Amino acid sequence: MTTQALVQVLASGLLMGLIYALIAVGLSLIFGLMDVVNFAHGEFLMLAMYATFGLVLVTRLDPVVLMPLVAALLFMLGAAAYMGVVRFAMRAKANQGMVQIFATFGLAILLQGAAQYLFTPDYRNVQDTWLGGRTLELGGIFLPWPQIFGAVVSLAAFGGLHLLMSRTDFGRALEATREDQGAVALVGIDRNRVFALGWGLGAALVGLAGAVLAIFYYIHPQVGASFALIAYVTVALGGFGSVGGALVAGIIVGLVEAFTAVILPPALKSVGVYALYLAVVFARPQGLFGRL
Amino acid sequence: MTTLTTALAPGSAPARAEASYAGRRRRKLIVAALVFSGLAALPYGIRDVYLQNVLILTLMYAALSQSWNILGGYCGQVSLGHALYFGFGAYATSVLFVNYGVLPWFGMLAGGALSAVVALILGYPCFRLAGHYFSIATIVIAEIGLLLVHNWEFVGGAMGIQWPFNPDSWWTLQFARDKVPYVHFAVGFLAVVWFVTWLIEGSRWGYWWRAVKDDAQAAESLGVEVFRSKMAAAAVSAFFTAIGGGFYAAYVSYIDPESVMSFRFSLLFALPAVLGGIGTLWGPLVGAAILIPLTEISRSYLGGSGNGLDLMLYGVLVMVVALARPEGVLSLFRRTRKARNEEATP
Repeated sequence: MTTQALVQVLASGLLMGLIYALIAVGLSLIFGLMDVVNFAHGEFLMLAMYATFGLVLVTRLDPVVLMPLVAALLFMLGAAAYMGVVRFAMRAKANQGMVQIFATFGLAILLQGAAQYLFTPDYRNVQDTWLGGRTLELGGIFLPWPQIFGAVVSLAAFGGLHLLMSRTDFGRALEATREDQGAVALVGIDRNRVFALGWGLGAALVGLAGAVLAIFYYIHPQVGASFALIAYVTVALGGFGSVGGALVAGIIVGLVEAFTAVILPPALKSVGVYALYLAVVFARPQGLFGRL
Repeated sequence: MTTLTTALAPGSAPARAEASYAGRRRRKLIVAALVFSGLAALPYGIRDVYLQNVLILTLMYAALSQSWNILGGYCGQVSLGHALYFGFGAYATSVLFVNYGVLPWFGMLAGGALSAVVALILGYPCFRLAGHYFSIATIVIAEIGLLLVHNWEFVGGAMGIQWPFNPDSWWTLQFARDKVPYVHFAVGFLAVVWFVTWLIEGSRWGYWWRAVKDDAQAAESLGVEVFRSKMAAAAVSAFFTAIGGGFYAAYVSYIDPESVMSFRFSLLFALPAVLGGIGTLWGPLVGAAILIPLTEISRSYLGGSGNGLDLMLYGVLVMVVALARPEGVLSLFRRTRKARNEEATP
């Protein structure tokens, strides 16, 4: 492998990895907050992609401009999912783990069906975007602009999340609820409200990721499933609940996938990521940055 | 803890309770014989081929869900990767029959043995993982299996394997003209899995597994070999799942990676048990009897053009059941029986 090819693979892997991190961080945030794995996370991503597609059709604006709106829509979806479904799953006295899996999984099937009903199973893509199809060439290295943009959005989102968690009352309430759900009630924090806002925030983050993906990826009702598995792997690799872990693990996943695609046939590009995940959790069951 | 200690020491109960316990277990066996005979007679009443197909699938998923239940329900290890063993069974049976002429009966057993061995090998590292880490590891392993089979030309790659057409025979498990034999095979399969679960329920393993599920640490401290319990449960569970895969391959006589190893199968094995009641003898059957006809019929009547309405209904059903009855549909009946028992014993 020439140096140039190596740099190319590294750069592509890094860009995609940052996008994976952005897809995964909402999942990790929600898990850290309340120990729930959202099995509808991929469908949130899928709906964000469709929302971008639909809004572009209706408003004729560029997806980049529509991003805050998509994030806001997903915020509402996330909060609604908590209030309408997850809140009740938390009340189950028996088999709580399985109730959560199947309640959120049922939601995932419902959302997939709704997408199929509303948008048909056809493959869609967002056309006429400002960034779409453009490539940056830097000394023989080719980098697609949508991915560069996605990576920048991801870094900005992680930065914003860090500020939110450390500087605002909501962030502190979130952190306190993560630490001790019982104690926060004693100091007058409404746990339900924090959870709903946490779900909204997690969904808004995956909403940003969906808006980015919509610029360069095909949109169809099952698109969430493939990214969801990568997101679970990323979250578990980084350690459930660790926001920083999601960032590092996302980058690792992107790089490993890019290198696997060079060595193995492209159809097997995920095998490297899965193998790495298994190797890490078998050696360190709590993930890279997780607490047991 | 109290449930744990009494579960581990069944002999310490008073003799009268012991006798009624044995009687209850015998009664379960009689009820099962009646239920399975009734199910075997059903296709003579239902001549409609479409409904017979729904019946076969319902029985098959009931058996597969009971197989999943052995590990997921009794031992408490929530595997979401059983599609791997289902695929092994389907592929072992198909490859051995189509390429080497080995009868499906032996192919299924070979697939079952292979799956049990693989489950033991995978269990070694996986059973160190807890909760979600375990579940996600099982998904990932099944997904690796799917990708590898997809790219393995020897087993047909993405093209899959088509079974040749043979005259109807129990030897080759092929019946083109009549579905009734498939119903009987599925009932037999379900009866065997049910009976093995019944045996386990009353054996030392059964008590160990439930103890591991309730509280692995406490069980360990009481002398339960937690790791060996999980391994044994995984091997039995994988074995029967593969038998089901072999049957499915014979029934549909064409398999490809997506149609036997995709993630949706892993869920389809867990769902009926969760719906009916995990860790129970009848939960998977009750769950499958509700879920499978509903999904099959809604698929034919609502989702004909892929419009997603059937998926929406299915999703709502899964959510509602998970939320409304965390202990499963069967718990509706158990509550009344427990209440009765409490009235009877002062």
